[in-house]
This record gives sequence, structure tokens and C-alpha cells, in this order.
Amino acid sequence: MSRRLSLLLCALLFSACATPSEEPEAVPAQSDEFPVTIDTDLGSIEIQERPENIVSLSPTATEMLFAVGAGDQVVAVDDQSDFPPEAPTTDLSEFEPNVEAIASYDPDLVVTSGGTADLKRSLGKLDIPMLLQPAATTFEDTFDQLADLGTATGNVSEAADVVEEMRDRIDDIVGSIGDQAEGLTYYHELDDTYFTATSETFIGEVYSVFGLANIADEAKGAGTGYPQLSAEYIVEADPDLIFLADTKCCGQSAETVGARPGWGQIAAVQEDAVVPLDDSIASRWGPRIVDYLETVADAVTDLLAARS
Amino acid sequence: MVGPVSIPGGGVLRELADRLPLIEVSSGLSERDATILWDLRMPRVVLGGLVGAMLALAGAAYQGVFRNPLADPYLLGVAAGAGLGATLVIAYLPNVSEWPVDPLPLAAFVGALVGVFATYTLGRAGERSRTASTLILAGVAMASFLTALQTYVQQRESDTLRQVFAWILGQLTTASWREVLLVLPYVVVSGATIILHRRLLDVMTVGDEEADALGVDTRRIRLLIVVAASLGTAAAVSVSGLIAFVGIIVPHTIRLLLGSSYRVVLPLSVLFGGTFLILADLAARTAIAPAEVPIGVITAFLGAPFFLFVLRRSRTIS
Repeated sequence: MSRRLSLLLCALLFSACATPSEEPEAVPAQSDEFPVTIDTDLGSIEIQERPENIVSLSPTATEMLFAVGAGDQVVAVDDQSDFPPEAPTTDLSEFEPNVEAIASYDPDLVVTSGGTADLKRSLGKLDIPMLLQPAATTFEDTFDQLADLGTATGNVSEAADVVEEMRDRIDDIVGSIGDQAEGLTYYHELDDTYFTATSETFIGEVYSVFGLANIADEAKGAGTGYPQLSAEYIVEADPDLIFLADTKCCGQSAETVGARPGWGQIAAVQEDAVVPLDDSIASRWGPRIVDYLETVADAVTDLLAARS
Repeated sequence: MVGPVSIPGGGVLRELADRLPLIEVSSGLSERDATILWDLRMPRVVLGGLVGAMLALAGAAYQGVFRNPLADPYLLGVAAGAGLGATLVIAYLPNVSEWPVDPLPLAAFVGALVGVFATYTLGRAGERSRTASTLILAGVAMASFLTALQTYVQQRESDTLRQVFAWILGQLTTASWREVLLVLPYVVVSGATIILHRRLLDVMTVGDEEADALGVDTRRIRLLIVVAASLGTAAAVSVSGLIAFVGIIVPHTIRLLLGSSYRVVLPLSVLFGGTFLILADLAARTAIAPAEVPIGVITAFLGAPFFLFVLRRSRTIS
């Protein structure tokens, strides 16, 4: 009872638990035991025993499950999950979840990023707990979700290690740039019709930790973190760096960007600072955000080296 | 000549004058502003004008040949066909940059024509008794069928959702001179064909049998107009997506304000349709600049209240 309470408290006061420096070893020491209770946006769920048949309907959750060492407890992942390569990809769809198809894997835990209350209710009738982990808006959300997955799958200390390693690496990468990136502007492209992300999004945090300024922040009035920009505004804003998260979806590259009418005038195009990203890495909030940060740091370093 | 980036008005006029043959003026604009004006803003305005003119004209023509006030250019499966074509490319041909031509407009164009052709072929089932309404019903059925296919593909490839929706809502965001050159010939040919038949469309308003009795081959004229209007619409849709409402509201506004003779309605549809869409696009790119509003949202948001206003006013006058 008291353990359940402490876990609950833990979930409520998440940042405190997830910050190892403040409460070292507090969580990892005790809790590979079941049952556990985890809070989600759709109410708390209880997991009776260590799950051995996990179904993941979220590509990010799949990456996180394998990262925290729960990979061999995963029996099926959705059609969009393509990393790590050993993940058991199926034709399950998160977007159009079919409860019977999910149930056919006899899961004892379903992890999803977009599951609805309806899906939770349907799975509940089959006594299958659904852990909802919606798109993160900050790095802390990512760390919280990793810790939650550790708790849910009985890999608490592994999850804590992953989070700590991620924090260390992020600190190193950000520290390596220092304040050199101050004053540089960037444009992050989501598709070839100029949809982008503002600083208020998870994607935005990847750049703002370096002090890079986002040209899309002028469009905050659009009331969305993901506005569509006018081409002429992008040319006028003249970003120092362009990051392409539409290399897979839309076949964009430094060449196609340079060939767009008027874009040849942009500093990033002239200085060869158009950086292709892996669409998947740049749209997920899992462990590979560290690689993403590294790509950004390298781009900043290259640009500054070329300028000096 | 207004946009998210402010460029001095005098400079804009001088720069445009400078582009005219035989005229050399220094615009005083920076190279960047000149590029923005000429390569990004101008093609967008011109394309908006062409697309708006084509949609309004095609809408007016459809309303004429089908004698149905609710007919719009998307009636016979053009929109659903184009939507399916575009969705297929977005879902299954992700690496478009390796192609010599952009497959997206091409697929939308082909899809639109396939949609209309299928509707026409299906509508032929009752050859003898085929009337305007048989065709419209076939169009409704065809559109539902194609939309079902499109939705299926879209659900299967859910990561393409945003792109598909952005396309369906219509946009001129990425307009360039290339798109202008792509649609121009279609708009000219199909526009000319429709306008040349304006008197026959007036005759057809009396009904098929009466028109036949007057020596007009209604079936042939209808086919010709439908082919011309569909071809033009397909070209417009392929570069701009599905911009709603222009094809209905513009012709009806002209009818309410200036009378319903096709000799008036058709030429003015070109003028008003082009102007309306240019203004709508102006709102789309400046309302929440530097962010964009989908132009289909603007055309309906501004168009619907305006149309209701005109409707009310004309009622009180008559």
C-alpha cells in the first residue's frame, strides 16, 4: 500500500523523481515489484504482473521500450515502428486501432501515443491495461515517459540509467557549443509546403537549448506550434541554418531547396548550411533525440568553422 | 502587391515597370526584395487569378449545361479524382525530387480526368433516357467511390495525413512561374471554348427538348462544355488543390447583381473569379502573417457571408 502511494506521489511530482541529482537512487532501488500504478492523461492504470507480451502502437514508445531493456517483452509493434530493426513490426495501426487485432497478440500491456478513451475502455473489457504516452512537449516529458516505461515493464533501474545517460550526453553536446550559437537563426522544415515548428514545440527545444533563434516564432499569432510559413517570409528572414525534416516524406535535399525560386538568396543556402535530417528521428521524442541534438551541434560547428 | 514582407509601393511599381519590354527603370529595391516580388509574390498572384477565373467560369458553365444552381466545377468527380491522384502520389511516391516532372500535379490532373470520364461513361448506362440529372447522379456516385478509395489509402498511410489535408484544403503557397505556365494553356483553351458557347448556353436554359426543337444539339454542346470545363478545372486543381466555393459563389453573385444571361455571366465570371481568389489569397497570406491560412478556409469564410448578404439584398430589391 505504501509503495503504491509512493509511486503515485512519484508520478504526481514527476520532475523531482526523474532528476537523479535531487533524489539519487530513490526510485530505482525498490520497484521492480508488481503490481504498479501509473498515472496517465486518461486516468491511472494498474499493472498486476511484469508484462511479457507488450504491444506498442507508437514508434517512439517502441524505441523507448527497447532502450530501457524491455525489448524481449515486446511481442508486436505498429506499422510505423521501424526502429530498432529487431522490433517485431506488424500491420497493427495506431491511427485506426483494431481491438481484435491487438487482442490476437494476447497482450498484457498496450503502449500508445494517440490511444483514445474508447480504445482504453475496449481494451479494459479484455483486462488489458493501456499506457498512454502522448507526444512530449519538453525533454522532461521524454525522461518521464522513459521512467514510466521502466516502472511499467519492471526495468526501473535500466530506465533510470538511460535517462541519466541521455542527460549527460545532452549536457555534453550543449556544453560543446556554449554560447557560440547565440544570434544564429534557423528554419526547421516539416514538409515542402513550408509547415514548420515554433520554439514552443518539442522540436523547438532541440534548437533552443543551443540558443538558436527560430524564424517561425514570428508566426506565433497563428495559434499553433506548427504554422505554415509564407515562402517570401522565409526568404526575407534569411535563416543561417535550414533543417530538413522532409527528406523522406517529400524527397527534399539541399539541392531541391537551392533550386526553389528565390531561395538562392538565403544565407543557409549560400553557405551550404542546409542540413538534411532523418524524418523519423526528427518527429519522435525517444532516446534518439540525442543523435538529433548532435546533428544540430555539428551543423552549428560546421557553419561557424566555415565563417571564421 | 501586399504580402508578409513589406516592400515600398513605389518600388514595387517601378520594379514591375522595369520588367516590361523597352522600359528601363531603377526600382530602388534590394536584390532580395526584387526576388521576393518577382519570383514568389507575382507568380502567386497570377496563379490565383488564373485558378479563380477558371473555377468561376467552369462553375458557371456547369450550372448552365445542367440547369442546376448547385452545380460546381467539382460536380462530376473532378475533385474526388484529383484528390485520389494526389493522395496516391503523397502516400506511395515519396521521393518526388528524383522525377523530371513533379508527379503530384500530374497525378491530380490525371485523377481528375479519370473521375470525369468514369462519371460520363457510367452516366451513359441509360443512353436513351440520359438527361442532365442522370449525369449529376452518376457524378455523385463516382465522387463517393473515389473519395472512399482516397480515404482508404490515406488511413493506410496515416503519416501522410497532414500533407493530404493541406493539399485538399487548397493552397497557392508554393506557386511559381512553372505552375503558371503549366495551367495557362488549359485555362486559355477551355475558357475560350466555354465563352464562345455563351449564346447556346442561354438557349439551353429553356430545357433540353425545347432547345433541341430550336435546332441546338444539346447533347453535343453539353459534352463539349463539360469536357472543356473539366479539363480547365483539372488543370487548376492540379496546381492549387481543392479551393472550395469559388465556382458557386462567383457566378451566382454576378447573376444576382447583373442578370442571368450567360453572355454576361461567363465573361464576368473570369474577371470576378480571378479577382476574388487574388483577394482571398491576399487574406490567406497576410491575416496571420508570416503564417498562412489555407485559402479554402478564406474563400468559404469570406465568401459565404458575402454571398448571403447579396442574396438578402437582391430579395429586398425584387
